[in-house]
Amino acid sequence: MALLEVSELSIQFGGVKAVQAVSFSIDAGMIYAVIGPNGAGKTTLFNLITGVYAPTAGSIRLDGQPVHGLTPDRLAQRGVARTFQNLQVCMNMLAIENVMVGAHLRLDRSLFKAALRWPALRRADAALRDEAAELMRFVGLAQYLTARADSMPYGALKRLEIARALAMRPRLLFLDEPAAGLNPKETQEVDALVRRIADAGVTVVLVEHDMKMVMNLSERILVLDYGKKLAEGNRDEIRRNPDVIAAYLGAHA
Amino acid sequence: MTTSRYLPLGALAAGLLVLPWLLPNSFYLDLAIRMAINAIIVLGLNLLIGFAGQISLGHAGFLGLGAYASAVLPTHFGWPPLAAMLAGMALTGVLAALVARPIFRLKGHYLAMATLGLGIILNIVVRNEAQWTGGPDGMPVLPFEVAGLTLSRDWHWWWLVSALLLLSVWMAQNLMDSPFGRALRALHGSEVASRGVGVDVAGYKVAIFVLSAMFASLMGSITAHYVGFVTPNVADFFHSIELVTMVVIGGMASVYGSLLGAVLLTALPQLLATFEGWETVVFGAILMLCMIFLPKGLAPTLAARFGKGGQ
Amino acid sequence: MLAQFLQFLFSGVTVGATYALAALGFTLIYNASHVINFAQGEFIMLGGMLAVFFTQAGLPLPVALLLAVLLPALVGVLVEKLAIEPVKGAPTVSLIIITIGASLVIRGLTQVWLGKGTHSLPAFSGDAPLALLGATLLPQSLWVLGVTALVVAALWGFFNHTLLGKAMLATSFNSLAAQLVGVHTGRVLFLSFAMSGALGALGGVLVTPITLTSYDVGIMLGLKGFVAAVVGGLGNGLGAVLGGLLVGVLEALGAGYVSSAYKDAIPFALILLMLFFMPQGLLGARNTERV
Repeated sequence: MALLEVSELSIQFGGVKAVQAVSFSIDAGMIYAVIGPNGAGKTTLFNLITGVYAPTAGSIRLDGQPVHGLTPDRLAQRGVARTFQNLQVCMNMLAIENVMVGAHLRLDRSLFKAALRWPALRRADAALRDEAAELMRFVGLAQYLTARADSMPYGALKRLEIARALAMRPRLLFLDEPAAGLNPKETQEVDALVRRIADAGVTVVLVEHDMKMVMNLSERILVLDYGKKLAEGNRDEIRRNPDVIAAYLGAHA
Repeated sequence: MTTSRYLPLGALAAGLLVLPWLLPNSFYLDLAIRMAINAIIVLGLNLLIGFAGQISLGHAGFLGLGAYASAVLPTHFGWPPLAAMLAGMALTGVLAALVARPIFRLKGHYLAMATLGLGIILNIVVRNEAQWTGGPDGMPVLPFEVAGLTLSRDWHWWWLVSALLLLSVWMAQNLMDSPFGRALRALHGSEVASRGVGVDVAGYKVAIFVLSAMFASLMGSITAHYVGFVTPNVADFFHSIELVTMVVIGGMASVYGSLLGAVLLTALPQLLATFEGWETVVFGAILMLCMIFLPKGLAPTLAARFGKGGQ
Repeated sequence: MLAQFLQFLFSGVTVGATYALAALGFTLIYNASHVINFAQGEFIMLGGMLAVFFTQAGLPLPVALLLAVLLPALVGVLVEKLAIEPVKGAPTVSLIIITIGASLVIRGLTQVWLGKGTHSLPAFSGDAPLALLGATLLPQSLWVLGVTALVVAALWGFFNHTLLGKAMLATSFNSLAAQLVGVHTGRVLFLSFAMSGALGALGGVLVTPITLTSYDVGIMLGLKGFVAAVVGGLGNGLGAVLGGLLVGVLEALGAGYVSSAYKDAIPFALILLMLFFMPQGLLGARNTERV
């Protein structure tokens, strides 16, 4: 059974049909990419699946269980993590605290124990700090272990979001344009990072404009255009698909 | 972090310990007690405004609820002061929880409006129910006594308030360096991201609002017993603004900033007394200048200037 | 029965018109800058106090009234230039505190200059009440309602039929896009504060012959104007006017039928109910959060 099954998913904002009857499924362990021209509905699709928007029609199943209409915090409980196209880093905190927040659901969140500096809670927190540091090293942020988030450059913040998402120990990780705005060297590093995340057993879904990265990483690719599914398949199928070529190059098929 | 945070706490404790012997007379001790009381209130409000990023322009209303619970229940119904104090906190907590859910669906200006409205209504109630509250003239408050012991001398109050202040600072720091506190600060930084990692954003906002309100109620009771008299001014809009100003000037999300803000603004009216009539102007000008030139508040700005990080 | 109801209605509509002008002021500034100007009430106070001052100084009534409207407009501009422009993009809490600071300065200066006394202004055209269906109506109420109606009509024309008005509307919808098509958004901000100052002051000038004034009436009036703006749907001009009238009428009816002691609590109870059950206001637009 597929890990994620999306069928006939649609959403409408006023009269605008941003996503129309899109269906696809993602198997556990793969790297899956969603591509398409600007405004094709890729981020909207992400927002639907991660609970930011509720769909107008259609269904989303995780492990066979319907999850459409659940709020993001409920989806987080089921192992769905994401990063954001427009950075959503908490600039009022240290970098490492941003990562620690990712582990929110695994922690003892009691107010009273916290206020009284409960020993067990302190020990768990210290262990979490080590774990977060390890994650920061994993994504290549070793030099920012004591930095404030608002003192870090853009490229590092993108990776900080990934580290935070990984702190959730997700089964399914959505990366919304992880390479956007990065230089070629940084892009290559993110490319390698995504590969390592997948190797660690996390299913990765990627929205990305960098075709080289998409073609290099993804096992299956979904192409959206004007909110509709244009094509889906493996790299070679997509590369040869005349509709895709037409949509991307503006050629007449 | 662990070693560095006990240093300032120790220094604060030492300062509180020796202060009474340094003050020339009881006028200054009274001022110091009021500063410490305000510091505790502001600390509680800063948890809400500075750390969680939610504004309240009606906090004086909660202070008033506590103060009047401690004034009315013992005077008219013969309740022991401690029971009255706890009842005030419980009432405030219930009221805050009732209004919090709908209020915290709102953001920014709307939140300011809702809390402000609540505060003003509480103030109007206190002013009008004269048969219980003495109306605009206020009413006397019985002394605080528990288990046969009465707090009557100023230095009793000083030790009580000092202990409460130390405890509050310690607990506030613990709280903010915990999973609960991180979730609060995270929803301030980005609600979207916080939801995405599983934080029940609405639940946390309600929790910190209720906590902060009950804390204000407690301190309202203590102030009422200390002063021995309570007037509706304790619950008015201007007092709410004063409290928010202490938070902002000291430094949002700064524990020691809260203390600094409370100390400075409690002293200000004394200093301004020489400028008969100009107090309001100076007060307003300080607010504006601080926000324009020191938007982060005094404590964080000073900390940055002297190269010290942290809170 | 009916006469009594009409009496309450008249006084409610009259005061409501002042709230409507204040709410329009909030709306103008909110649309131009997304700032809620907590000093709006002080413009109302300034209007009334200056009108009193200038008439007592012996100026003819029309000149006194004109100055009492123009000076607060200038104060509005000063607030914008000195306090709002330097902190562009600051968080909501900071902006709220800055405008509260400005309101304290304005109130404090007025108190130092004109004292703490309560003042009245002669009615513009006599005090002989008009009888209407058993209720009485003060001529000044007609002034308040008439001028408010004129102002609302003029504003409507300004926003729908002049280039500058349309530029201001465009800025409120999308400031960056407006800038790209050549709207000078700085000037829009400037103008919004000037107009808000004048609108608030106008309300103050008109209503002072009925309600009296002193240096500290601004807070309550301003807060009620804010309530009116939110009730109408923040950012919506027509909503602001409706909100103002609604708040005024409910307040008068509540004071008349329920309890005059709780008159001031009525707008705030209304706003709480409104925010709980209808947070977008009567005519406000729903916003979708973008991620």
